[in-house]
Amino acid sequence: MPEELEAVIGLEIHVQLATRTKMFCGCELSFGDEPNVHTCPICLAHPGVLPVPNEEAVRYALKIGMALGCEIAPRSIFHRKNYFYPDNPKAYQISQYDIPICGEGKLGDIRITRAHLEEDAAKTIHVGESGRIHGSAASLVDFNRGGTPLVEIVTEPDLRGAAEAAEWARLLRETVRQLGVSDVNMEEGSLRVDANVSVRPAGSTELGVKTELKNMNSFRFLQRGIEAELERQRELIGAEGTVEQETLHFDPASGDLTSLRSKEEAHDYRYFPEPDLVAIAPTEAMLQEARDSLPELPAARTARYEAELGLDEAQARLLAGDPDQAAYFEAVVAAVGEAAEPRVVANWVTGDLTAALRAADDAERPAVQPLADLIGAVASKQVSHAGGKQVLAILVADGDADVAAVIEREGLAQMGGDDGELAGIVAAAIEADPAAAEQIRSGNGKAIGAIVGAVMRETKGRADGGEVNRLIREQLGL
Amino acid sequence: MAELTDLTVAEAAAKIAAGEISAEEYGAAWRAAAAADELNAYLWTAEHAESLEPDWNGDGESAPAGEGEATPYGSNAPAPAESGPLAGVPIAIKDIFTTQGIPTTAGSRILEGYRPPYTATAVRKLTAAGAHVLGKTNMDEFAMGSSNENSGYGPVLNPWDRGRVPGGSSGGSAAAVAGGLAPAALGTDTGGSIRQPASLCGIVGLKPTYGAISRFGMIAFASSLDQCGPFTRDVTDAALLLGVMQGMDQLDSTSVGIEGGIELPTREDLAGLRFGVPRELGEATLDAGVRAVFEATVARIEELGGQIVEITLPHAEHGISAYYVLAPAEASSNLARFDGVRYGLREAGDADLVEMYETTRSVGFGPEVKRRIMLGTYALSSGYYDAYYGQAQKVRTRIAQDFDAAFADVDFVITPTSPSVAFELGAKTDDPLAMYMNDFFTVPMSLAGIPAIALPAGLAAPEDGGDGAPRLPVGFQIAAPAFAEQKLLEAAHALEGALGFEAAAGDAIPWKGGARHA
Repeated sequence: MPEELEAVIGLEIHVQLATRTKMFCGCELSFGDEPNVHTCPICLAHPGVLPVPNEEAVRYALKIGMALGCEIAPRSIFHRKNYFYPDNPKAYQISQYDIPICGEGKLGDIRITRAHLEEDAAKTIHVGESGRIHGSAASLVDFNRGGTPLVEIVTEPDLRGAAEAAEWARLLRETVRQLGVSDVNMEEGSLRVDANVSVRPAGSTELGVKTELKNMNSFRFLQRGIEAELERQRELIGAEGTVEQETLHFDPASGDLTSLRSKEEAHDYRYFPEPDLVAIAPTEAMLQEARDSLPELPAARTARYEAELGLDEAQARLLAGDPDQAAYFEAVVAAVGEAAEPRVVANWVTGDLTAALRAADDAERPAVQPLADLIGAVASKQVSHAGGKQVLAILVADGDADVAAVIEREGLAQMGGDDGELAGIVAAAIEADPAAAEQIRSGNGKAIGAIVGAVMRETKGRADGGEVNRLIREQLGL
Repeated sequence: MAELTDLTVAEAAAKIAAGEISAEEYGAAWRAAAAADELNAYLWTAEHAESLEPDWNGDGESAPAGEGEATPYGSNAPAPAESGPLAGVPIAIKDIFTTQGIPTTAGSRILEGYRPPYTATAVRKLTAAGAHVLGKTNMDEFAMGSSNENSGYGPVLNPWDRGRVPGGSSGGSAAAVAGGLAPAALGTDTGGSIRQPASLCGIVGLKPTYGAISRFGMIAFASSLDQCGPFTRDVTDAALLLGVMQGMDQLDSTSVGIEGGIELPTREDLAGLRFGVPRELGEATLDAGVRAVFEATVARIEELGGQIVEITLPHAEHGISAYYVLAPAEASSNLARFDGVRYGLREAGDADLVEMYETTRSVGFGPEVKRRIMLGTYALSSGYYDAYYGQAQKVRTRIAQDFDAAFADVDFVITPTSPSVAFELGAKTDDPLAMYMNDFFTVPMSLAGIPAIALPAGLAAPEDGGDGAPRLPVGFQIAAPAFAEQKLLEAAHALEGALGFEAAAGDAIPWKGGARHA
């Protein structure tokens, strides 16, 4: 029997920082402009030019590092990574090597190895069928992107599956987005995720041979690419083969992974300390500023919702991932007070409200107090849940409507069992459907639905479902 | 009346400012002198400007209207300020500094025809002080060499003896000043490239502290060592130019500037100053004539009240080895941008990318540059880095510590500048190691990043010359702690006065008219 092979996945994420200018020169950042309009002698690597680091990029990197719980290096240095390629005009990339600005950290359960600052390459476009440099008719270079500040985040190989990797990558994107330091748009390339993938016998602590997957420009492709590679590795090992360390290019159209083993990948980067730059030594004021500017991030908020508000993890994560929705949710919880559990508020916000907004063509959320009033009214059975949904539709159309007045005006006040009105409607419904009544009597519990439905139709949803059930059973002598 | 070209820069600037001489006539005299270059000291002078179509940004198209205003120095030269401490003074610029629209080659065929889209900070500071760009001077390719024989555009001849080298790599700048083709010049010094040619040409050469002057626009050879500095006839002019050029530059993160700036030196004595002579000098390989001048100069220092103290620089002897790992390592990376893609030479443009890179670089670079790229690439390679680059960095640190220890006891460290006087053209071209030894006395200061000045101290007969061969200049080097330039210039000024080199050498000095007009 073949042993079970466990997935071992680490991610390398490049985040383009949304600074005003490039990492080492004053050219403005852009996306989608005419080629080669955002260039200068520095980012074109003319003879004699020198890099000057972008202070804003350093501040952004500090924010990212703190959001990921990384240790911040008191003095980090830049290195040169040397290689020839037309998208790399100096023939070296200025990056960080042994002393990155952000050291070890953690996001969720996944350990961060490091996060460092570097500059992006220019964009090459290979003209010809292959779309790659080999066999192309010509290659064009657009230096607009060249020199864009990047933070590269590297994780430990802590992820154990493709779906988990994609889920964690989403959390990272949301975290970085909420810092306001990047557009984190995978399609435009402002967020790029590469995956290091290997497998090993379940329970083993050793690492298998890994492959590096590139070019997965959406979370869906990230998951699919990793799934495909895990399957390939498992089949290979199942057939007594061995995995070779290589870089694989994911083709989103076909879902294929093709090897990039070629001259362009065979590098000895000859790293050495960049002599044109001095160490980055953030002042206490810069560190404090970065610390103070951190919003509560999704991972921390999720944990707080679970611990303090008693939400389950999935619901907590759903709310925490969207800062606007989270703020709204918390305001409603506060306004509802003791009238309903936060869990009930969460159900309204993520369930009925979201559906109602969508049904109203993505309308604005209603004001906090009316929703809180509504939730309170439903909780205290002044209005049924079904009736509450009708009130909600009115609130979505008129965000400041008075809930009590709406309930009154629409005649949605819940019918209790006390005045006999509901009992009469139930009796009529049983009489109108003797076949169903007979089935209920003979033990077919499901048949009760027909009678409940009839009562609800008759009461326009004002009746409480539980009370209706109770009355039906009572009247049938069960 | 003495010729205009006999004036020092400080004298001329003062007379121009006072209206005693005309800036136009002064400039014209120097343009004529530069145009009469027989030493191959210049790669470009203002007279070339007429044939140069304005090409403001190097894209092959003419400058937009209003820019590239016509001046006697060429339509593209950076326009000098009308007033300032250097108003009306033309200065020769080593071709390693970028000058907007003016060809800039760094002595290499790979940059033939390249016209930069911007001007180096040091040059901009000179023009902002009123100076003009007189011309661009020849140099060893990418500043790699000690004889100027590695230029892609032919060697420079020493104005004292045209069969000899002017030193390098700033050989064109040194020869231009010594030969009366420029009143002052800019050079760069990575391991001795200002001080050694100044010594071989009998003029003053100053290498400031690393970081004193911006490197922006200085085509990089070894970024952690390169520093710009002046070639002048005397110490006062060196101070004048340093004062104008020094300063922190937003475009160079490693620039610092000199706190308090630089004033013109006035000191006439050396009383109370302590001069350290490295004990290791005793065993150094040194021409007898050079040693004699050194000893005579030491005696002069004592006469001026200076105290001579023996010090030790135990690691300095490893300076050359460390330097020839570190500098090529950085150069291998710095020169990688010359790939034929964006500017300069491109060969085999129709072949594939790798072939284009290889052919362009094979054709464009000379043998010494290729040697150092290969050395440096090897030294940085995975598996060799620690043994070479890492080890060399440790040596560098030790040498800096040696100087720190010495300066705890003395104000200055003194040595000869070069082990010999100017040697004959071709004498060392087949022996790179012998050529590298020219930097023996200058490299340690470069590694330590400290300032050092080369002063002409006397004359000596060349050991490779026959009987009756003319005597050639010998340089004397004074090094000071980092950013102690003012103190260094004061001491050099006092010593210069006592040595009286100009008077002693008399008409043998080329710029005095003898050799130039011969």
